[in-house]
Amino acid sequence: MAYVGIVLISHSPKVAEGIKDIIRQVMKEVPVETAGGTDDHEIGTSVEKIQAAIERADGGKGVLLFYDLGSAMMNAEVAVELSESEDVKVAVDLPLLEGSYVGAVESGMGKSLDEVLAAVKKAFK
Amino acid sequence: MELNVQSVLKWIEKLNDKIQNNKEYLTSLDQAIGDGDHGINMARGFQEVINKTTTSQYDTVSDLTKDVAMTLMSKVGGASGPLYGTAFLKLSMSVKGKDPVDHDAFTAGVQEALNGIQQRGKANEGEKTLVDVWAPVLRFLQENSEFEPGKLEETAKVAMESTKDIIAIRGRAAYLKERSKGHLDPGSVSSFYLFQSLAEVLQEGE
Ligand SMILES: Nc1ncnc2c1ncn2[C@@H]1O[C@H](COP(=O)(O)OP(=O)(O)O)[C@@H](O)[C@H]1O
Ligand SMILES: [Mg+2]
Repeated sequence: MAYVGIVLISHSPKVAEGIKDIIRQVMKEVPVETAGGTDDHEIGTSVEKIQAAIERADGGKGVLLFYDLGSAMMNAEVAVELSESEDVKVAVDLPLLEGSYVGAVESGMGKSLDEVLAAVKKAFK
Repeated sequence: MELNVQSVLKWIEKLNDKIQNNKEYLTSLDQAIGDGDHGINMARGFQEVINKTTTSQYDTVSDLTKDVAMTLMSKVGGASGPLYGTAFLKLSMSVKGKDPVDHDAFTAGVQEALNGIQQRGKANEGEKTLVDVWAPVLRFLQENSEFEPGKLEETAKVAMESTKDIIAIRGRAAYLKERSKGHLDPGSVSSFYLFQSLAEVLQEGE
């Protein structure tokens, strides 16, 4: 069964990896990929890393992106535009840790991309 | 005014020189109200731009500015990457098929670039971001179909200096609220270098 993929975008590789660990403890099947730090593993974000994470996370049911701070959102949006896909969306103004956790759980129930995004929004609005 | 591939290459080179020479200064500005990486981000990004443009051949300003955009978007880790990258991408799309780029075409391109920056960063004028330099420069271009390049530089400089008194609403500095007052916005200073470099190219071309 295919699941909606989750991409974790953080300025810090450690933050992204740590959140993935937390999700993995409960959700083993859902694709969760990280895009933490810049290309040289410094603090920041990288469009190329985000694009690669989207590709890895995409099992055919779409991908939902979570980010930490403002510039990560901008790079997430650039990556989505470059992907030219309707099935890659950014969870805007939603918490990275709790949001992606809720998203992964919803994805694990077999929901569609829009359903997962709606559920995350509902949990935090 | 008129811009061709040669003059835009000069523009980018001058801008890169200013950024490399002021790397520490830009970083110190960002240390005061941000995370202290603006000089590093811009220096890395524009060095990559120069590496790319000096080893490529371009027939049009549109092709050249597109390469600048893609390099900045992929090589700059901070907010300035997607912001300047989007600006150059929109400029590139707008001046497609317009070589040499005349005043009207360039003004339309700057309008598109500013729209792109604002779409990307969700920022309005007066929120202490580089929008505060781009918006007055756009108005200057719209109001003056012929101008002395020095006036363009002056407009950008006054706009850059005016960011000092603003309380930040967008970007990292916004977390500081009132404490962001009294400091120049780093992105506005790098945008001033961008238009200062352009003014110098126009001056030399006269
Ligand atoms: N949302 C935004 N909209 C417009 N400009 C912004 C925004 N966020 C930041 N900036 C600009 O980017 C500059 C900071 O760039 P930089 O330090 O390279 O990125 P970061 O903020 O990610 O560390 C700021 O001085 C400001 O001019
Ligand atoms: Mg910074």
